[in-house]
Amino acid sequence: MATEFHNLQELRHSASLATKVFIQRDYRDSTICKFQTKFPAELDSRIERSLFEETLKTLNCYYAEAEKIGGQSYLEGCLACATAYIIFLCMETRYEKILKKISMYIQEQNEKIYAPRGLLLTDPIERGMRVIEISIFEDSGSTSSSSSGSSPSSSTAQ
Amino acid sequence: MTGNMHLGVEEPIRECQYNQICTHNSSPMDTPHTKKKKIKRKWQVFPGRNKFYCNGRIMMAKQTGVFYLTTVLILVTSGLFFAFDCPFLASNLTPAIPAIGGVLFVFVMGMLLRASFSDPGVLPRATPEEAADIERQIDAANGPSGPGYRPPPRTREVVINGQAVKLKYCFTCKIFRPPRTSHCSLCDNCVERFDHHCPWVGNCVGRRNYRFFYLFILSLSFLTIFIFAFVITHVILRSNRTGFLSALKDSPASVLEVVVCFFSVWSIVGLSGFHTYLISSNQTTNEDIKGSWSSKRGKGNYNPYSYGNFITNCCAALCGPLPPSLIDRRGFIQPDTPQPAAQTNGTGACPSNQVQSHMAATNPLLHSQPIILGGGAPLQAKTSLGGPCSTLGPSQASLPSSIPGLSCGGELMALRDSEIHCHHHPHHQHFISPEETPSPTAALPCATHLGHNVHPAQLFDPASQDSLHEDSVRGLVKLSSV
Repeated sequence: MATEFHNLQELRHSASLATKVFIQRDYRDSTICKFQTKFPAELDSRIERSLFEETLKTLNCYYAEAEKIGGQSYLEGCLACATAYIIFLCMETRYEKILKKISMYIQEQNEKIYAPRGLLLTDPIERGMRVIEISIFEDSGSTSSSSSGSSPSSSTAQ
Repeated sequence: MTGNMHLGVEEPIRECQYNQICTHNSSPMDTPHTKKKKIKRKWQVFPGRNKFYCNGRIMMAKQTGVFYLTTVLILVTSGLFFAFDCPFLASNLTPAIPAIGGVLFVFVMGMLLRASFSDPGVLPRATPEEAADIERQIDAANGPSGPGYRPPPRTREVVINGQAVKLKYCFTCKIFRPPRTSHCSLCDNCVERFDHHCPWVGNCVGRRNYRFFYLFILSLSFLTIFIFAFVITHVILRSNRTGFLSALKDSPASVLEVVVCFFSVWSIVGLSGFHTYLISSNQTTNEDIKGSWSSKRGKGNYNPYSYGNFITNCCAALCGPLPPSLIDRRGFIQPDTPQPAAQTNGTGACPSNQVQSHMAATNPLLHSQPIILGGGAPLQAKTSLGGPCSTLGPSQASLPSSIPGLSCGGELMALRDSEIHCHHHPHHQHFISPEETPSPTAALPCATHLGHNVHPAQLFDPASQDSLHEDSVRGLVKLSSV
């Protein structure tokens, strides 16, 4: 029991929220939902640039697909208009379906890539599609420099 | 050394447990109180000046008087038409007239209600962390300012399709407004692709309901012209048989209908024409009035949002994808027990334990149940800070379960830090005041672990909590391996 507490105490010490990084929207392509792919400096020691950019690129692709104006969206729009939009009571819009896919993707990314590195992505829909919030958890067991504490552990995690 | 570490570690735990027991004992006393309080939905604490009906399903502006006038006018005129003119027209001309009229009327009412009752595209306000982050960026950009120096207005410039667009900072919502977003002063919300605030419809017209508004005025123009034309036809046919005055005496409602239709047709048809022009050039009323893309402003001034040809612009506006609402108005607020006093007492008594218990709350499901119950208990009051993290997507059952748990605790941690460092108690109070009631949102592991603290009996009740529990534990165990 005491040993258990001891280990859990250490675990408890191992991660606490240090800061949050916000990835803002990129409005250069008009009002479509797209996030800046610029790699934040705070994540420099926590995750590989390529992984982060891959995640962001995939998310941007998903959003672009959701907001694409093409055959399928026209069909959906016309059908909905013809039924005086009653059809949306029964079926989900394409946008909502893709948002669900995005949710699953973020969860998967968190489990596989971000959580082992002490990071956590928040689904942008929970922040009004304004930002991607990345919570950075620090290894508070190492007091002064967090990077020294986290880097060996992150290397072991990998 | 291990023994020493044991001792060194155990005593704080013992103190922590003592505190935990204290608050744990006190919580059952509060539980009857909090149980009696109703679970609040997000629309009940919505910061804007909107009215909600049907438990959050319907969202309108504060002033709805003119909307009722619109509805009454349409219902009365159409009702009179169907009651007094249609029988004559159906028997003397064709029954297709009331049929078409009926279809038009149903469509008009459907579009009106859709435009009035739906979320126009309101942007939720920034969370405190977001606002702080933006403030930091602004301060960094502006540089230090001397006393008495008024900082320049907060703007960001972005180049869209070769055109420079200024993004303004909204002081109410604490965000940089996306392009084409404007803050409606009547509703006190930032609305995406803000067109205008329509009192006739009783709501803002924005990204999510512009097509309904346009279809409403378009179909209403057809309905008005339809009724006007066929009432005139009815009166003419009658007066051919019985004379003009006796025709008017036989069908007095027709006079009223003609008057209403005559005076409304100009404005409605005019408005339809105006909005057809706006749609074809992909502009909003707001932009048109301000002359944002007018060539008078500058030689190189053009609309960067236009797709080039009016067909694509029309299709994009009317048949484009309909984004879901960003304000989850029917979602439940995170459970919260309002014990800020207990919280601060706890801090005073045992600061190190608070830090530990914060960490426990941060990683609630990482630890065994007793630790959660113990460690999380002092933080009951702070669980409302899951407010921002409880702004879930609209209808997503498959939420990333590991995120809310951590971010909830994370925000707790962040604010806790601010309290410890800056003693911003008023800030805390302000933040937690709207959300003081617990809610048994089973879908959130945050709620789950908080539910544990508040209602230990409910620990194992909802089966769904257990599976989410596992997901969160899985996620957090991986986190702990850092």
